[in-house]
Amino acid sequence: MSDVPDNLLYTEDHEYVKPTDDANVVAIGITDYAQGELGDIVYIELPKVGATFGAHDVFGTVEAVKAVSELYSPIAGEVVAVNDRLDKEPALVNSAPYGDGWMIKLRLKDAGETKQLMNAEAYEAHLGSASH
Amino acid sequence: MTTASLEGALKRTPFYEKHVALGAKIVPFAGYEMPVQYAQGLMAEHKAVRERCGLFDVSHMGEFIITGDRAVDFVNYVTTNDVGALELGQVHYSTILNDRGTIEDDCLVYRFPDKIMMVVNASNVAKDFAHIARHAGRFGVQITDVSDSIGLLALQGPLAAGILQPLTKTDLSAIKYYHFTEGEVAGMPMIISRTGYTGEDGFELYHDVKYSDKLWDALVGAGDVTPAGLGARDTLRLEMGMALYGNDIDDTVTPLEANLGWLVKLKKGDFVGKPVLDEQKAHGVPKKLIGFTLGDRNIARHGYPVFTANGQASGTVCSGTMSPTLGIPIGTAYLPTAEAKDGATFEIEIRGKRVPATVVKPPFYKDASHL
Repeated sequence: MSDVPDNLLYTEDHEYVKPTDDANVVAIGITDYAQGELGDIVYIELPKVGATFGAHDVFGTVEAVKAVSELYSPIAGEVVAVNDRLDKEPALVNSAPYGDGWMIKLRLKDAGETKQLMNAEAYEAHLGSASH
Repeated sequence: MTTASLEGALKRTPFYEKHVALGAKIVPFAGYEMPVQYAQGLMAEHKAVRERCGLFDVSHMGEFIITGDRAVDFVNYVTTNDVGALELGQVHYSTILNDRGTIEDDCLVYRFPDKIMMVVNASNVAKDFAHIARHAGRFGVQITDVSDSIGLLALQGPLAAGILQPLTKTDLSAIKYYHFTEGEVAGMPMIISRTGYTGEDGFELYHDVKYSDKLWDALVGAGDVTPAGLGARDTLRLEMGMALYGNDIDDTVTPLEANLGWLVKLKKGDFVGKPVLDEQKAHGVPKKLIGFTLGDRNIARHGYPVFTANGQASGTVCSGTMSPTLGIPIGTAYLPTAEAKDGATFEIEIRGKRVPATVVKPPFYKDASHL
């Protein structure tokens, strides 16, 4: 079964939002379920620091051997950090999606928007309905 | 992948329970619930086949048995390769055409002393059967579709012979590539065929489904054997430039256009589709299937738009993936014949951006244990 940590928030598109030490900054990546569905990831295209996104905007692309998937920003904000390690080690998203496989950090435009995201329980229910 | 057959009940091969027990990801393919990859993942499976040995369930493939005094003449008439040139115990790759000279299916043809076996794509079994059966009466042959009673495992990789040999009294070194024999594996009767769809040495084992369970266990227990799914099967065959029906070839192209001229024997006598191929042989083909690579980090996938160097639309990408062995993007597409030259460049549109691609002659991977 896919790993769904309790302390994160989730989208229907299988991105997660993880708190950081700065209350206004979150780390974003794709969930364990998403990396499992994609399979071996070979290339990740990510935005540059300073780029801004609205909720549901495409912020990047993940290429696996057999599939390609766009990445959707779970929430509005400005990119304050990009995980450069993924450039050379994209498979970190497969091996540690919630850890070293994080993709970008966003400074939130409106911290209140996180209320629209799913908690772990809701996301697990969403997965249950997605995989029958 | 075939999605047309998603409607209605999906079939299962005799190995379905094995796949599930191994944690395989199951997907609908050609009307079957098939493993696309196991827990280890596509890359590991692909590497295992190139370096050691992988095991594929390909029981979804269709098998027809053709009997009658004129079985050879009949199969010669409904396929493009020269069945008369096959020795007993030899196999060849071939195509089945329609009257337009385009490809209804690709297939393997096995010549036994008393019969011919044709192996066809799962998604085309019903279509192929109807298509060739129309000519059966004229040749006085019987065609039997035995697809549902035959299980098929492909043991593929440089170590395959060493792993299989202890399980059989048949001397495997006596079976040349694209030859077969009837023998026993782990005490069960089967057809041992030195064929495959990976470019590596290996064997395909056709057997009665009642032996499937025991055969799987015997092979997996025989040594360094990695179960491999359809995902790895596709990347392995594409690295070799081997065609996949529905992607690289279908009933809109002739074998001459699809780089399969070596399967067409125009001098063997009449066969379905021959007039069109005679014409193309004399006057040339309008387009040709080519292999391509493109710059790092631009993976062209099936369906992406293709443009010639001067910007003319030229269909879409047939097959495309990141090559696990070579670490570069590879693929196939049709280009106008004048443009289909080794080293020529053209463009592929990837998410709205046109990127340069280069024509290369397949196979992409040149070090396989059998080319």
